[in-house]
Amino acid sequence: MELQAKVRSYIENNLVVFEENVQFSDDDNIFERGFVNSLFAMKLLNYIEQDFGITVDNEDLDIANFSTVNNIVSLIEKKRSGVS
Amino acid sequence: MNIQTIAVVGAGVMGTDVALDLACYGYNVILKDIDSEAMDRARKKISNDFKLVKMVKKDVKSRTLEDVWGQISFTSDYDRFGEADFVIENITEDWEAKRKVYRELREVCSPDTLYAVNTSCISITKVGSLMPDPEKVIGMHFMNPVPVKELVEVIRGEHTSDETVDVSRHFLESFKKVPVIVNDFPGFVTNRVLMLTINECIWSVQDGVAEPADVDKIFRLGFGHKMGPLATADLIGLDTIHHSLLVLYDSYKDPKFRPCPLLVKMVDAGYLGKKSGKGFFQYHL
Repeated sequence: MELQAKVRSYIENNLVVFEENVQFSDDDNIFERGFVNSLFAMKLLNYIEQDFGITVDNEDLDIANFSTVNNIVSLIEKKRSGVS
Repeated sequence: MNIQTIAVVGAGVMGTDVALDLACYGYNVILKDIDSEAMDRARKKISNDFKLVKMVKKDVKSRTLEDVWGQISFTSDYDRFGEADFVIENITEDWEAKRKVYRELREVCSPDTLYAVNTSCISITKVGSLMPDPEKVIGMHFMNPVPVKELVEVIRGEHTSDETVDVSRHFLESFKKVPVIVNDFPGFVTNRVLMLTINECIWSVQDGVAEPADVDKIFRLGFGHKMGPLATADLIGLDTIHHSLLVLYDSYKDPKFRPCPLLVKMVDAGYLGKKSGKGFFQYHL
């Protein structure tokens, strides 16, 4: 839960829409819904690698792994379990 | 015409991403900048942005960073420019700086070399006038970030030949770009219409018609824009918007391009948009 909240908070701080009450579920595709743009994808990758101490390999470099809160959390958990 | 070697002049954000995009599709790239710090930043940016390219483009998935380094040579001189089939120039949007570079390019390139000016506001016809063969000069206005934005606004100068337009179109399509050919007039289509739209949105805010968030919401939900005009303005930088409007105003002498006083006040106050943490919206730096 804590991981989910942290990822969600990071996305919320980088939205490109500024209306009140912008809401998205943990399964909403943040790129397709237009809440973030392609410049954010790079920032998100750097954030995940630095803040969670993981390296995203070639096979996981797929926008689908970064498109929802749940997918991002799954990726981080997968990488963490892989190295421990 | 077989295009194999591209000389990219200027290793800023746009030039660096153009070089990376071309390298991913197997072109030989000569990336030139006179500033060694810019070159260091370019190397770092390429290794970072390459991950983004792999994230969003499946057709370059099999490429490695080593492949990319193998395609790009970094230089501060014009020694290999004689090999260039195409020059893509991305230096600062300043006429005097461009004039100096094109005077140099005409001395070092082959008579067959084609020239693409990557610009959102400089006249392609005027750049053409600097060269011995203005038929070989064309505009290519790439969008940021280059590797993930398909659209390229291609500008035909007054003397640009049909052959140069055809070669440019095929060249751009070879690395998955979607060229849209327009004629040379100040601001082309992109800046001419976008700046006017943004400016009028700012007038609407100044006149108390709507709050910034509601202006953007109308464009997003009503017209299907991915980003509202004011969020777009914040991303581009309000100082850049102000400058672009002044260039358009000066070019057309038409008062419709006069910058809204609220925009001028925000720029004076240092509210420059995303890069300063505050524009029409607040940002977490």
